[in-house]
Amino acid sequence: MLHIDNLHVSVADKPIIKGLTLDLPAGQVHAIMGPNGAGKSTLSYTLAGRAGYEVTGGAATLDGEDLLALDPAARAAKGVFLSFQYPLEIPGVPALTFVRTALNAQRKARGEAEIGAPEFLKRARATAAALKMDFEMLRRGLNVGFSGGEKKRMEIFQMAMLEPRLLILDETDSGLDIDALRIVSEGVNALRSEGRSMLVITHYQRLLDYIRPDRVHVLAAGRIVASGGPELALELERDGYDKYASAA
Amino acid sequence: MTGLRDALLARDETRLPGRRDEDWRWTDLRGTLRPLPVVSDAVQPLADRTDLDGVRTRRFAAPESAGVLALSLSVPAGETLVLLDVIEAGQGAYARDLTLHITLGEGATLHRLVLAADSADAVSVSLTHVTLAPGSTLQQTVLATGAKRQRIATTVAHPGAGAHAQLDGAYLLAGARHSDQTTILDHQGPGGTSAQLIRGVAADQSRGVFQGRITVAEGADGTDARLKHNALLLSDRAEIDAKPELEIYADDVACAHGNTVGALDADALFYAMSRGIPEAEARLMLVEAFIGEIVERIGAPALQDAARAFLADGLEALRR
Ligand SMILES: Nc1ncnc2c1ncn2[C@@H]1O[C@H](COP(=O)(O)OP(=O)(O)O)[C@@H](O)[C@H]1O
Ligand SMILES: [Mg+2]
Repeated sequence: MLHIDNLHVSVADKPIIKGLTLDLPAGQVHAIMGPNGAGKSTLSYTLAGRAGYEVTGGAATLDGEDLLALDPAARAAKGVFLSFQYPLEIPGVPALTFVRTALNAQRKARGEAEIGAPEFLKRARATAAALKMDFEMLRRGLNVGFSGGEKKRMEIFQMAMLEPRLLILDETDSGLDIDALRIVSEGVNALRSEGRSMLVITHYQRLLDYIRPDRVHVLAAGRIVASGGPELALELERDGYDKYASAA
Repeated sequence: MTGLRDALLARDETRLPGRRDEDWRWTDLRGTLRPLPVVSDAVQPLADRTDLDGVRTRRFAAPESAGVLALSLSVPAGETLVLLDVIEAGQGAYARDLTLHITLGEGATLHRLVLAADSADAVSVSLTHVTLAPGSTLQQTVLATGAKRQRIATTVAHPGAGAHAQLDGAYLLAGARHSDQTTILDHQGPGGTSAQLIRGVAADQSRGVFQGRITVAEGADGTDARLKHNALLLSDRAEIDAKPELEIYADDVACAHGNTVGALDADALFYAMSRGIPEAEARLMLVEAFIGEIVERIGAPALQDAARAFLADGLEALRR
């Protein structure tokens, strides 16, 4: 599914990702853990195609296709979805309008028919109910006046509606209380399937109790410095990142 | 006297207002009409009718070469009028001046929407003088898409005394169009309120102008006057000039004014694109949302619909 090979990324001419290699096979969930400032968000923005994240070397491909050559909208149409660490507010655009516009734009890019209003609303209602979201919230300006936890839920709502193939969750657990964490995790787990891969970025092991990863990678100072099974997350929880901070 | 009307009627090009006139420094009409077009002797065709839904619509057709028109309207005490003024686009390089007088009686309410669509080569000025009475309410929204030179100015004589004036506006400019919204609001007595929100978008090489002058006269104590202008520049060759002015000679006055000019929020644009919305569409969506607040503030539902339709056309022009 996703191959990242010796990736180098600079932000404002400062190298942040420094030779990162990662293989995420179809159907798998990989966790990326690391200390603050390690470059986790930089990696997710780079994969999503944000301006200002300059790839100075290496490659990233999705099913063999060069991801880095595409603009963010084209990547989304190929199935890339980033759940933002800090979701944006878009005043004046109701969440429902936003998601429907996005869904139809993706469908159009893939040569598929647009989704009709009744079908869209039906799906939106069911998805919101599963995430225990107040449907009326979806009629208001996207994320405007929402709490941190509500914004994260809205990210998962969008993800469930857009049905991406590559899911990148950037600290989706931050700002969530334990109930919200459970609901959001259930939403994510419901999307687990053979054709879908996930990159779950987190600072804490807690989220991985709910979303069980196939593999865990440690990102420190812009590189993957260790990889292992789920037990690696427990070890990090116990010992912290100090060991890797010095390794990097 | 200077003014488009005076210049046209006197057939005297030197009377055209220009950059040396303080109020016209950003909307220079000098040299825009050469030779000065001849005013057709007939009064411009004007349709004025009231629909079943109670909306009175006045259509100001564009002149072939030049036209001037002066009109008065009053809303009797205690009555409500929903008024749609459509300044229609014509062909080519015409010059038009509209001078409109509106008087509101005590406790009267006027909802007024002005849709100013001029052709790209036109020079078009409209000036509305509104006189409010105690307890009356003016709720006006001006939507404009510009011209070679376009100015829509409103003056309001505000007696205070529980009267309220809302003077909103939006401009959506593409190509080399120019649009100027100017408001002159005189709070003359105590206990009056006013609120103004103007949003503008300038693309390509267009130029948006906003001038808002609020005067709170001596004795107009307890006045609450708010004024906000926010504009988006969609191109680095576009220009926005804005001048909010407050002159306060009274006590216990609440005045707030703000003015921002910026680019489209790059983070919001990336967020929308990351969901699969192509850049051009994402831009339009954000612009539409930015202008949309002006429509939300329109109190009369029938006028809201007309405003939406007009803005949809204006947005379409930005796409090209
Ligand atoms: N826009 C930016 N401009 C300059 N430096 C940045 C920017 N974004 C991130 N950085 C720097 O890049 C490094 C990695 O940041 P980030 O990817 O956000 O880390 P993480 O998500 O792992 O906490 C940090 O040193 C941070 O200061
Ligand atoms: Mg981060």
